[in-house]
Amino acid sequence: MQTTVHDPAIEDLLPSARPVQLIDPTGAEVTQTGTRRPYVMPDADRLQDVWRHMVIGRRFDLQATALTKQGRLAVYPSSRGQEACQVAAVRALTERDWMFPTYRESMALVSRGIDPVEVLTLLRGSAHCGYEPMTHRTAAQCTPLATQLVHAAGTAYGLKRRGEDSVALGFIGDGATSEGDFHEALNFAAVFDAPAIFFVQNNKYAISVPLAKQTKAPSLAYKGIGYGVASEQVDGNDPAAVLAVMDAALEHCRSGKGPFLVEAHTYRMDAHTNADDATRYRSGDEVCAWLDRDPIARLEAYLRSRGLLNDDQANAVRQEAEALASDLRDRMNADPVVDPMSLFDNVFQSATPQVEDARAMVVRELQAADEVTR
Amino acid sequence: MTTIDAPVRTSSLTFAKAINQALRDAMTENDDVLVFGEDVGTLGGVFRITDGLTRDFGEDRCFDTPLAESGIVGFAIGLCYNGFRPVVEMQFDAFAYPAFEQIASHVAKMHNRTAGNVTLPMVIRVPYAGGIGGVEHHCDSSEGYYAHTPGLKVYTPATPQDAYWMLREAIADPDPVIFMEPKVLYWSKADVDTETPSAPVGQAAVRRPGKEVTLVAYGPSLPVSLKAAEAAAEEGYDVEVVDLRSIVPLDDKSVMESVRRTGRCVVVSEAQGFAGVAGELASRIAERCFHSLAAPVLRVSGLPLPYPAPMLEHTYLPGVDRILDAIDRLQWDDEPFVGDNRG
Ligand SMILES: Cc1ncc(C[n+]2csc(CCOP(=O)(O)OP(=O)(O)O)c2C)c(N)n1
Repeated sequence: MQTTVHDPAIEDLLPSARPVQLIDPTGAEVTQTGTRRPYVMPDADRLQDVWRHMVIGRRFDLQATALTKQGRLAVYPSSRGQEACQVAAVRALTERDWMFPTYRESMALVSRGIDPVEVLTLLRGSAHCGYEPMTHRTAAQCTPLATQLVHAAGTAYGLKRRGEDSVALGFIGDGATSEGDFHEALNFAAVFDAPAIFFVQNNKYAISVPLAKQTKAPSLAYKGIGYGVASEQVDGNDPAAVLAVMDAALEHCRSGKGPFLVEAHTYRMDAHTNADDATRYRSGDEVCAWLDRDPIARLEAYLRSRGLLNDDQANAVRQEAEALASDLRDRMNADPVVDPMSLFDNVFQSATPQVEDARAMVVRELQAADEVTR
Repeated sequence: MTTIDAPVRTSSLTFAKAINQALRDAMTENDDVLVFGEDVGTLGGVFRITDGLTRDFGEDRCFDTPLAESGIVGFAIGLCYNGFRPVVEMQFDAFAYPAFEQIASHVAKMHNRTAGNVTLPMVIRVPYAGGIGGVEHHCDSSEGYYAHTPGLKVYTPATPQDAYWMLREAIADPDPVIFMEPKVLYWSKADVDTETPSAPVGQAAVRRPGKEVTLVAYGPSLPVSLKAAEAAAEEGYDVEVVDLRSIVPLDDKSVMESVRRTGRCVVVSEAQGFAGVAGELASRIAERCFHSLAAPVLRVSGLPLPYPAPMLEHTYLPGVDRILDAIDRLQWDDEPFVGDNRG
């Protein structure tokens, strides 16, 4: 994509003409030319860390999908194939940074260090959010699309007001960039110079609707420009490039230059959720073509070619992933005990008479049922 | 009030298929009927309600939109200025909220604001309510917001036959209609007569005649009310079940007739009870049938809480036991009820 804009103020905001790539699908390093900002290959230890979390993330994802088939989860939106985005974006953060995930970010939550069972609580159906947002600096997963980005903008502004050097990272899909809240979030963040990163995982489909029917914009990254938000596009299946672009975005935000938009080009390998029939709207060939761009295989090839990963190390990580999966399986296979009275616990901090009446009614019902069974 | 007769020309259809058939028939009869929304094209909607419409009518007639509910409804308003009749889908109840500005400020008020010069013959289909084990934001009973907004018609069919005919009427109506589809009923099946219209919208229907109690229900609360009526019969209560079919217009006349005959009434709604449709009915009945009532009108509704996680929805939802309990509380030990002495 070429641009003809020559206003320096606008050029500062523009994304690179092509998605930033540091490692190609074969695992070879790509020399940087034509990117709008300098992007450097991240250190080996960070790449090894990301590889490890991607392997664990994929194993977790497969396990969650299997649990859905066994009826242990109400529904599961897989992010298989999107490991580079989910993991590298999160591993670039510090613990002080905030994160605003959607329903698809299970893998990102696991790589943030949240207990996998807590990550799956929403989808298991025993509670709406299984982890503590405040301690993890991670908001509850958001289902109404794009709404979390406005929260990310507000949180980012709050961090700045409090003098914190932290950033709020909000995830969003390609489809949800059509929602009004996406635009309001960008505008607010820009106007208030809020240190927010909007990370668009362009996985090519919003349920069944392909990107071409979602937008006429040549790149979703361009959506930042109109709001004065610096933007970049990145190969979302290249973990090194995602890390590098995130580093630049974080640096941009931390140095007080306002929000940053990242469009990561990736692909959703599975259906939208287990309830969706992807054969209705996309071809097997298309899916197969993306297998060649596998982010885990790509980084593995790179690391091995540099002597940064050997069989022993790889096996150790794979065993770690197996252990996590088997622990997850065991804990998810136990029937959760859900106390009906918990319904009333968190409607208000101080309950209203209406809530108390309803609580009393359910207490009576449970006592009556108890007497019948006794 | 009509007791809906057994249909003449019938085929057995699911509730979902009945809606699909209504869309097909309306699109066949009138080229101006356009169906659009999220995933309604190739996929046929997440509930497959629009299955095959793009294939059979072309992309001009049934199409996917960008993912933006406010855009979808506002776009539909714009199409009405050209005489089109849009039928749009909101994917789930809680995902219609981004469109609420367009619905409350424009869909509901346009006719009035423009001194009757602009009409909006559009239908907004909203799959709603719970009982399907959905994660949060997929189970809201949002009918109260719409019913409380003057200028919107609010239909909520509970049988495949009504799903078909009420949607046909909604599409033909010059006024905007919020068409609330109880998701839990999508897979229910019954005979549908697509040639003989059933009772027009605005008339309630007696789904089960009875002499001692009137259960007023609509949409997702109809099946549970019918079950409760059966169970009550075993306990010796003769319960009548009235299905409102539409909330706006409201056929309270038929409800009053029934309550005056039975003298006792329970209103059942899946939505939380506070400040809702059930409360509106209870106060109307109290105002109009006071001298016929042997007991206060009771409400059985969802709890006054955000819709819970799937594993707790059975505690949240008004079930047979709660309805039976309400029937028990209708002061049966009092003086036997003698009926409406005002004639
Ligand atoms: C406001 C709103 N409208 C509709 C939906 C239903 N819905 C859930 S996911 C989805 C598609 C989202 O696609 P995209 O933004 O590309 O993200 P992806 O799921 O591909 O990660 C839709 C339409 C919703 N959750 N919220």
